Amino acid sequence: MKRGLIDFWVGLFVAAGIASLLFLALKVSSSSTLPKNQTYMLTANFENVGGLKTRAPIKSAGVVVGRVTRIALDQKTYMARVTMVLDKEYEFSRDTSAQILTSGLLGEQYIGLEPGADDKMLKDGDQLKITSSAVILEQLISRFLFSKAQEGGQATNNAPTNNAPEK
Amino acid sequence: MVNWIVKFFSRVGEPFTNALLKLGFASRFLIAILRHSTTALVRFRLTLREIWFAGVLSVLIIAVSGLFVGMVLALQGYDTLVRFGASSSLGILVALSLVRELGPVVGALLFASRAGSAITAEIGLMKATEQLSAMEMMAVNPIARVVAPKFWGGVISMPLLAAMFSAMGIFGGYIIGVQLLGLDAGSFWSQMQSAIDFQQDVLNGVIKSVFFGVAISLIAVFEGFDAPPTAEGVSGATTRTVVTSSLVILGLDVLLTAFMFRGV
Repeated sequence: MKRGLIDFWVGLFVAAGIASLLFLALKVSSSSTLPKNQTYMLTANFENVGGLKTRAPIKSAGVVVGRVTRIALDQKTYMARVTMVLDKEYEFSRDTSAQILTSGLLGEQYIGLEPGADDKMLKDGDQLKITSSAVILEQLISRFLFSKAQEGGQATNNAPTNNAPEK
Repeated sequence: MVNWIVKFFSRVGEPFTNALLKLGFASRFLIAILRHSTTALVRFRLTLREIWFAGVLSVLIIAVSGLFVGMVLALQGYDTLVRFGASSSLGILVALSLVRELGPVVGALLFASRAGSAITAEIGLMKATEQLSAMEMMAVNPIARVVAPKFWGGVISMPLLAAMFSAMGIFGGYIIGVQLLGLDAGSFWSQMQSAIDFQQDVLNGVIKSVFFGVAISLIAVFEGFDAPPTAEGVSGATTRTVVTSSLVILGLDVLLTAFMFRGV
């Protein structure tokens, strides 16, 4: 094999390898971690975060605007303190509310931001004051069953030891 | 009696001490290669020739296997996903399994049997025909002239081959998923792109393949250098290269995966 030919084929090989790496980088994957100087940090306290995980998306009107970076338990209030990083491009008013939502019935959980009407915008390190917790399916079902049982008791009028206030 | 007991224990312990000796020799060998790497990097043409033998000649088998593995993944994945009405996630399934695991691991297994065995056989035969001793006679260090370029050729080729394997596999998945099974091309690519993280998935796969490249190349050159200078010895060394590198690849994969993806 001639030297020039080896050079040519090795060059082609390396180019093909780099091209496939570029394909994996650009077409197959996306980077979720934004550069540090293009983001700002917010915190929010939730009663219950359910199955929220770090790196979960923050969405507003369905558009991903940031990521959850840290979830910890506040030792004073016993609430879950969620730290999130948002893209600097998107600013939110100070009375923005945050709620934990689920994409689809069994999908992953994310934080949805509902912008308010305040003129002042949230800055780096601010806290979201209005939050609502994740919906826990078991609590929902038990509440539903409980109210159903109560309804049933009222309808047949033979509720045995009904300790709920009636009339 | 005492003699018998000593014999028994030495018989039991022999494989372990042998393995330990070999590990120590291999580690020293790696340091020697790194010390004599300047020649391989300064006279880059030597390394280029090894990239040709180890990398370029493996492209065909890597590309074809990658394509087929991707196709099979798409067919099998579709069969399961369609039961849950989640067939649009097929792109995620194919790309994630290829980029994280199959690209680096299967690529490395193929590379070990295609290129690793060839490297061992070449060095072993050079030793058997006393070419290495001849070099030493001419004051040419065989590690610098023969071993280090082969080592670096393997290390450079492996990540590129693994990336090609993954890319071809995803392309194969696309052919089956979109062209044959009629999934929507837009959701195939966009779901894949939103679910796969560059640092977490792609970069970790590349890091894995670099580790595998170092392991395979070291085992291949070491077994060749350590081979008894007979026809039988060289054939045994070639077999050992493939077996040892396959085991080391899979063991390393468990370790690296535990490091990279624990709790995520």
